Amino acid sequence: MSNMSETAGVARKASFLSRYAIWLVPAIIVAIMPPVLDSNVAMAVLNQMGIAVIFTVAYNMMLGQGGMLSFGFAVYFGLGGYFAIHGVNIISEGGWPIPLPFVPFLGGLAGLAFGALFGSFSTNRAGTVFAMISLGLGEMMASSSLIFSKFSGGEEGITTDRTEVPPFFGVEFTTEQEIYYLIAGWVFFAVFLMYRFSRTPIGRIANAVRDNPERAEFLGYSQKWVRFMSFSVAGCFAGVAGALFALNYEIVTEETVGALTSGVVLLQAYIGGIGFFAGPIVGAVIFTLLQTLMSNYTEIWALYVGVVFVGTVMYAPAGLTGLIMMHIPVYRVGRMGKLTVPYARIALPALICALGAIGFLELWQHISAGATGESEIHVFFMTLDYTSPIPWIVFIAMFLGGLWDARRVAPAVADTYGNALHYAFTGEDQ
Amino acid sequence: MAELIIFSLLNGLVYGLLLFMLASGLTLIFSMMGVLNFAHASIYMLGAYIAYTISQYVGFWPGLIIAPIVVGLFGALVERYGLRHVHKYGHVAELIFTFGLAFLIEEFVQLIWGKQTVAYAQPELLDFSLFEMYGSTFPAYRGFMLLVSVAIFVGLLVVLTRSRVGLIINAAITHPNMVAMLGHNVPLVFMGVFGVGSALAGLAGVIAGPVLGTAPGMAVVLGPIVFVVIVVGGLGSLVGAFVASILIGMLQTFAVAVDYSFLQFFGHLGLDMDPDGALSDLYTVTIAQLGPIMPYMLLVLILIFRPTGLFGTREV
Repeated sequence: MSNMSETAGVARKASFLSRYAIWLVPAIIVAIMPPVLDSNVAMAVLNQMGIAVIFTVAYNMMLGQGGMLSFGFAVYFGLGGYFAIHGVNIISEGGWPIPLPFVPFLGGLAGLAFGALFGSFSTNRAGTVFAMISLGLGEMMASSSLIFSKFSGGEEGITTDRTEVPPFFGVEFTTEQEIYYLIAGWVFFAVFLMYRFSRTPIGRIANAVRDNPERAEFLGYSQKWVRFMSFSVAGCFAGVAGALFALNYEIVTEETVGALTSGVVLLQAYIGGIGFFAGPIVGAVIFTLLQTLMSNYTEIWALYVGVVFVGTVMYAPAGLTGLIMMHIPVYRVGRMGKLTVPYARIALPALICALGAIGFLELWQHISAGATGESEIHVFFMTLDYTSPIPWIVFIAMFLGGLWDARRVAPAVADTYGNALHYAFTGEDQ
Repeated sequence: MAELIIFSLLNGLVYGLLLFMLASGLTLIFSMMGVLNFAHASIYMLGAYIAYTISQYVGFWPGLIIAPIVVGLFGALVERYGLRHVHKYGHVAELIFTFGLAFLIEEFVQLIWGKQTVAYAQPELLDFSLFEMYGSTFPAYRGFMLLVSVAIFVGLLVVLTRSRVGLIINAAITHPNMVAMLGHNVPLVFMGVFGVGSALAGLAGVIAGPVLGTAPGMAVVLGPIVFVVIVVGGLGSLVGAFVASILIGMLQTFAVAVDYSFLQFFGHLGLDMDPDGALSDLYTVTIAQLGPIMPYMLLVLILIFRPTGLFGTREV
């Protein structure tokens, strides 16, 4: 008990600085990124990451906070993008006096309008009905974007040139760095607003409706109205993300509204952890890194991401953030040290197993897609000959051996964690 | 005109019955486990690819038997070691699991068979035209597809309504606990239904592969349509799935053949509309162009106005 009251006391004494450190530290890191990294490729990756962060956090307003599983969330992202592109084109022709940094408001408005329109009939129920309607709407909008070619440019998509817009205080947004600061600013603005939304009464009631719609109704809240609000606001922020996508790449195509984009956002949110506000941010950052870094080394990066995703769904449904958060109580009582050895004990065979699997898949990939006549490939900085059976046998042995050992020690490791958690809450060993 | 109608009818029937082979398994799986299996169309794709590999060595006909069995076993394993594990986290987690599985199967198919369409051909035995009408021919292979699909439909109906196994399955759908109390192994029934449903999807892949093309994209093309079919027909209703399959099949084949736009319609009413105006996208679009989105419009409308579907008794 004494431990519990101490922790509560510390939390109460939290000063202004430590309360806002969680926003300030990332802001400083983000601000000094361009001079530190000093590379256009890194800037491009970070831009992609920022857009993914807004999009995924918006998605989690529905999935994690509102309990609505959507398979067609790219609709609002894509529409935000289309409207932003048309907006920029009109602005460049002198139509509207809007500076470029404010264009995402246009995308947000488009996302909000369509979110409200589609939300008005799809939020009657959550669960499978909602998921199916979102799937239908997603497929409908993706096909429509090919049909209504005046608006969406058909298969080629529509393009724009952001540098045609009159400069904003002398900034013309010609370089990756300038657009980086624009996106970074919007990431902080949008994520902060979404965080504040989750702390408003409606954001809190959204959680209640997710967990028990019937009880929320008895408290006097219309579950449909609550879901509708979350849905529209999420659509609005997806539109903002889409507009930033349009500004960054200067093109929006059918793919942007398509099923793949909708699927990727679900993957990002789930891998990061849908139960926490920071989860989707972690997911978006990790996914973008995996996608951009791994695609330099391997053709089958999407396969690895898929394995990680299915593994997360099966064994860690709370996601990466969930894995971290479940160690917080143990960390608070200083018992992390006791976990290091067992964790290292299981990490080693798990690593061997993973390396074996990766090596095997890489060899296989080169058989089915490698250039003919070439039998040497590079795996893990080694040059291997895939016509010889030795690398195959080694990789399979690594995979099976690692798997066997990891499964063997897993129960003991889980027990150690259970004991540490027990200690964290009761102050005594089991 | 008569030619158009007859051939659209026949092609719609072939396509619709193909949809039914997928939808029947999916709707049974849903009504038993409450899981909408996103990977169902991926299993259909797997059937086509495995049959292609078999046909490389021993020809088309052994593949027709072996591929569905292999795919059915795969489905049973997925249920036993995947879905059953995820079940404790709830329906949304199960839905997400099958979604991830669909993604994974597509990536594995690309790893094993490559990203290009493979040359999976129909057997030479059926490479002739069944009949000729108004100068167009109807290939014998399509007739064969029709035959297989009808046989499957009749077989399923007989098994589910006339046999002891069908009795247990029907009972397990509505009263799983009671069936378990009577001493039946309900998890085994679930695994069996999942396996047989997967085998049916695999069979659909085997016979559709040569006609619709065996490529990594084939699951994504058909998957959402099958969802439309089972939702429109009513979840858990085999008859509903049959009617909705034929309906969607006809809808898509007929829509492709109709080159009529709102512009022409307004023209008949005496309204002249500018074919190049700002909103011209909305009324110059032809029915043929709208074909691909019609099933989804139907899906959304059904879910809003009649969530039980046409023949279903329970809501999604």
